[in-house]
Amino acid sequence: MPQRETESSASTSAPVIQLSGVHKIYRTGEIEVHALQGVSMNVRRGEFVAVMGPSGSGKSTMMNIIGCLDRLSSGTYILDGIDVSTMSRNELADTRNQKIGFVFQAFNLIPRTSALANVELPMVYAGVSPAERSERARAALEGVGLGAKEHSFPNQLSGGQQQRVALARAMASNPAIILADEPTGALDSKTAEEIMSMFQQLNRERGITIVLVTHEPDVALHAKRLVRFKDGLIQEDRSITPQDDILTLLHPLEVSHEIP
Amino acid sequence: MRFLDIQKMAVHALGKNKIQTALTMLGIVIGVSAVIAMVSLGEGAQKLVQDQVAGMGTNVLQIQGGGGWNAGGGARQGNDQQSLTEGDVESIRQEVPTVKLVTPIAQAQGQFVFGNQNWQSRVEGSNEHYLDIRGLKIDQGDFFTAQDVQTASRVVVLGKTVAENLFQGSDPIGQTIRIRNLPYRVIGVLTPKGQSANGQDQDDFAIMPYTTVQKKMTNSAIPRINRISVSAIGAQATGAAKDQITELLRERHSIRPGQPEDFRVNNLTEVAEAAEATTRVMTLLLGSIAAVSLLVGGIGIMNIMLVSVTERTREIGIRMAIGSRGSYIRMQFLAESVILCMLGGLIGVLLGIGLSVAIARVMGWPSFVSPQAASIAFLFSAATGVFFGYYPAHKAASLDPIEALRYE
Repeated sequence: MPQRETESSASTSAPVIQLSGVHKIYRTGEIEVHALQGVSMNVRRGEFVAVMGPSGSGKSTMMNIIGCLDRLSSGTYILDGIDVSTMSRNELADTRNQKIGFVFQAFNLIPRTSALANVELPMVYAGVSPAERSERARAALEGVGLGAKEHSFPNQLSGGQQQRVALARAMASNPAIILADEPTGALDSKTAEEIMSMFQQLNRERGITIVLVTHEPDVALHAKRLVRFKDGLIQEDRSITPQDDILTLLHPLEVSHEIP
Repeated sequence: MRFLDIQKMAVHALGKNKIQTALTMLGIVIGVSAVIAMVSLGEGAQKLVQDQVAGMGTNVLQIQGGGGWNAGGGARQGNDQQSLTEGDVESIRQEVPTVKLVTPIAQAQGQFVFGNQNWQSRVEGSNEHYLDIRGLKIDQGDFFTAQDVQTASRVVVLGKTVAENLFQGSDPIGQTIRIRNLPYRVIGVLTPKGQSANGQDQDDFAIMPYTTVQKKMTNSAIPRINRISVSAIGAQATGAAKDQITELLRERHSIRPGQPEDFRVNNLTEVAEAAEATTRVMTLLLGSIAAVSLLVGGIGIMNIMLVSVTERTREIGIRMAIGSRGSYIRMQFLAESVILCMLGGLIGVLLGIGLSVAIARVMGWPSFVSPQAASIAFLFSAATGVFFGYYPAHKAASLDPIEALRYE
């Protein structure tokens, strides 16, 4: 299955994320919530996708599924050529470890643990030797300009610095995609701009695939492609062009612009 | 994930909350040290009893003349006191196969005089086997021989206390002392045994051939034998020896079936065993009470670990998101509680040893630290860590990463 899909999408590079007919149903007692109602989407290697949508639109559910934190109810999800739809908890954990780098709104560094140890942590779970992982973690911290802060604890770092450590942690294990969930939500606009340029730089210079969830149009403007969710479905999926500005991203385009 | 990394992670996590870690550990420290102190004291008491029993002689049976007790519990009439005869001694020696050595004992009291020193003490008259039966040793000089017994020589072997009081440090061997105004030659001094458990001086007596005691120290016409001391061929044989001696003496004393005996056979091994059993039960009891405190310590661990899992829910979510399997989370938390308990156990072992040595010194008991109790308590504390750490660790491992990440 994965191979055929790869061949059929005859674009220049193979999709790193292939979602087809994804449904997600939550059951809480008697009530069923149909959070995703048949979403299909491909993300190719090197893309920078901004996922937008109001709360309850299913974008968070989508992120959890793409991030292998949650399992889909039906449909298929192929990540980097591997079908993860039917994976066990442990296999999902290993997949997260090897293929996905997370960047969260709340930074989510382990408290009272040095920046270096935080960056090393995914590699600890991967079983990388101490010498190799500290070398890679140092390189990743250098990469985000925090080489001098490797022994600092998260509470000694500013929000922007913490988010850069989180970015270094996400990058250190060479993931297939970086998944950023409102990465600038807790930062002031200047720092937010810094972080977003860092994402852009990673995408442009190192060809890293990034999927970014945000509800702020100015953040989404940094991406190359926009996917808008509404009521558990993709409402809009288009490229972001230099002509776009905050206003054009704030609301979905008129019917005429919609993808057929 | 590498095993060493799990340990490092656990140690790191414990180090983050030093006071909480120390207080939790305290429960285990107290539990383990209490177990060790109690069991060590109990075993010390047991050893004390064993030493005393060994002091009474090995495999010893005492046959008390006329010492039979009636059903009412009172002593029987006094004229039975001289129920034991030399013939009894002889037939026990010849006819009871489980008996190794036999000696009649004739007792007397008297004033011991040497120069201007005098000392009131008691005399045990016996044959040449006394030392072997009682498990005693000669410190200086010699013990008397069968020849001395036969000829009722006027020789005496002194206990250390008597020797010290009469001779004040000078050499007693070969000196002549007077007991009840008759001269006796000192031929030996016994190796001291010290005080018994109830504070009695076990070295305050002297030994003579029983024939000498009978002839020179007692005025009665019939040669008197107060007791017969017997050693059996082995510890297991004491029961059989007791039965055989009882049967033999009943026959010799013409006591009909159903009638009470005019003698009494005391099996010291039995007494010792009873005493040992008592102290063993006491040890067990003290140990169990202490084990309860270890249990309480274990519950404390579980409580703190559960709190810790809740406190660190978000951290667990982060760890899972970046690729920790549930089993790694479980191992980390389990390692935390096991390390906590083992460290507490180690400190507890040291504290317990110190405590039992201190208490033993205060009580004047032989200080005896049981290595068994120490290792069992230590292993038990590690097991406590696994047992009480498993549920919190499992709870942590089964958290849903999405829920855990959302936890505030």
